[in-house]
Amino acid sequence: MKLHNISLNNLRRRKARMAFLTIGLAVGIATMVTLVTLTSSMSSDIGRKMDEFGANILITPQSNDLAMSYGGISLGGVTFDQREIREAELNRIFTIKNRKNIAAVSPKVLGGVRVQGKPVLLVGVDFAEELKMKQWWKVFGAEPKHDHELLLGSQTASILNVMPGDSLQIQGETFKVSGVLDQTGSQDDSLIFAPLAKVQRLLHKEGKITLVEVAALCSGCPIGDMVNQLAELLPEAKVTAIQQVVAARLKTLDQFRRFSYAMAFVVIFIGSLIVFVTMMGSVNERTTEIGVFRAIGFRKTHIMRIILLEAALVSLLAGVVGYAVGMAGAKLALPFMAEAKDAALAWDGGVATGAIVISLVVGILASLYPALHASKMDPTEALRAL
Amino acid sequence: MPLIEVQNLSKHYSCGEETVAALSGVDLAIEAGEFIAIMGQSGSGKSTLLSVLGGMNHPTAGSVSIAGVPLYTLPDEGLADFRAQNLGFVFQSFHLIPYLTALENVMLPLTISKMSKAEKRAAAGDSLARVGLAGKAERLPNQLSGGEQERVAIARAIVNTPHILFADEPTGNLDSKNSDEVMGLFRELNGGGQTVVMVTHNPENCGYADRTIYLRDGLVVESV
Repeated sequence: MKLHNISLNNLRRRKARMAFLTIGLAVGIATMVTLVTLTSSMSSDIGRKMDEFGANILITPQSNDLAMSYGGISLGGVTFDQREIREAELNRIFTIKNRKNIAAVSPKVLGGVRVQGKPVLLVGVDFAEELKMKQWWKVFGAEPKHDHELLLGSQTASILNVMPGDSLQIQGETFKVSGVLDQTGSQDDSLIFAPLAKVQRLLHKEGKITLVEVAALCSGCPIGDMVNQLAELLPEAKVTAIQQVVAARLKTLDQFRRFSYAMAFVVIFIGSLIVFVTMMGSVNERTTEIGVFRAIGFRKTHIMRIILLEAALVSLLAGVVGYAVGMAGAKLALPFMAEAKDAALAWDGGVATGAIVISLVVGILASLYPALHASKMDPTEALRAL
Repeated sequence: MPLIEVQNLSKHYSCGEETVAALSGVDLAIEAGEFIAIMGQSGSGKSTLLSVLGGMNHPTAGSVSIAGVPLYTLPDEGLADFRAQNLGFVFQSFHLIPYLTALENVMLPLTISKMSKAEKRAAAGDSLARVGLAGKAERLPNQLSGGEQERVAIARAIVNTPHILFADEPTGNLDSKNSDEVMGLFRELNGGGQTVVMVTHNPENCGYADRTIYLRDGLVVESV
């Protein structure tokens, strides 16, 4: 027989108390696992949505020319007649190491045209990609599906006095206004959008791109790395991260994380109090037993080992049970918490290990004082009979 | 040289502002192989004397030497080791561990020794056989009678072949038949050379002892 036999036998005998202790700690661990997993799943869900919501990387031609504003964002050296990026080079974007983090790539060609005698900026876009990136757009009418269809900013439509279904002449060609954007408050309000290939032909810029907006899923990778990877592949272009967008996203995610950690801390603290109170009660209940151990020559360290081993075994069990229950809870709660109905549960080995390690550490730390208290018991006082 | 040598032993307890003298200058010498009974009325200090002799209760003044070792000069853990290697205890209420079998209870003092598992089992088995309980090794304490529990407690006290066996009111919770059996067992162990120091308030038990020390108000009043 060894010391651990004493711990194991005691746990077996005091099933109700040990079950209470296990449940107390397991509830804490389960809550932590649920919170962390939910937050993590929701973060990636929200992160994904936010990443798709507008560009966070801009690819423009290398230029020393004057800046031109677009959507409140400074576009490096874009002028109407400067050199452009070749469209063929864009495929390289999808060869970077972090290609999985690319949510949308929206190439654009820009050019000034006169419509009804007024100068307007014509933007050639890939509508599928553009709409994916600008999910806040509200289109009255329909989005362009054919070469000779246009989408007008609200201000442009108002100044040109056109509505969906009307026609417009650009460079001698007739286009149909298929849709008008609701007011966005950005530069988009005063633009005319047309299919990329058509604008390239109209402006004699076949195969050329003025700028590319990239929406990257930055929650999983540092945006700086992607910028470097893109810059290496496109030496002719200037790749910049739109820092304020990136910073804002990271800050939001960070706030989520902090909230979950704070909640987890509180719950774990309550769990540790349950362990402390239960272990203290258990030690006091075993005063005579500990007195016998001390009287027959057990050292203080032997007593501590018996108590801490019991705490460790219960904590280990609580960690495993807590993780399982926590993940089940997260799975049940996620559909109600996440915005996307198809939000995936974030399975993370780190959370499993963390749950068990935290359970062990909390259980042992909370039992440290009761164990110390037990080890310091005076054998005569403990036995009373003597 | 006596096995146990006690000089000018005092033990005072604080009770609020009052100080109670449980022992007031006890001098005592016990030889190896003796069977000693300590008698006295309640509050005479006999249990305190036993706990001090057993290395469990630091005296206020005086000294206790066992086999030439001044007990209370040892550090706390050293004292625990000394108890584990040299002393055996039989408690009034048996104090068996309820979730361990009779054999495991007897093995308890060996848990912290460096013996192998087989050696521990063999020693505990021998010890149980000596008290006549070889057939009840796997029973839990609540499956044993009071007399049997006392015998398991005695087996536990002698499993480490102690120099001295201390017993506190060993028949206090037993009927007369079981009391006689237990006292007979102590006599038998003493016959084999075991030093026994027993506290009792039952004058009949003194008949089994070689010598009886009478205590009153913390002092030895008679030793016969």
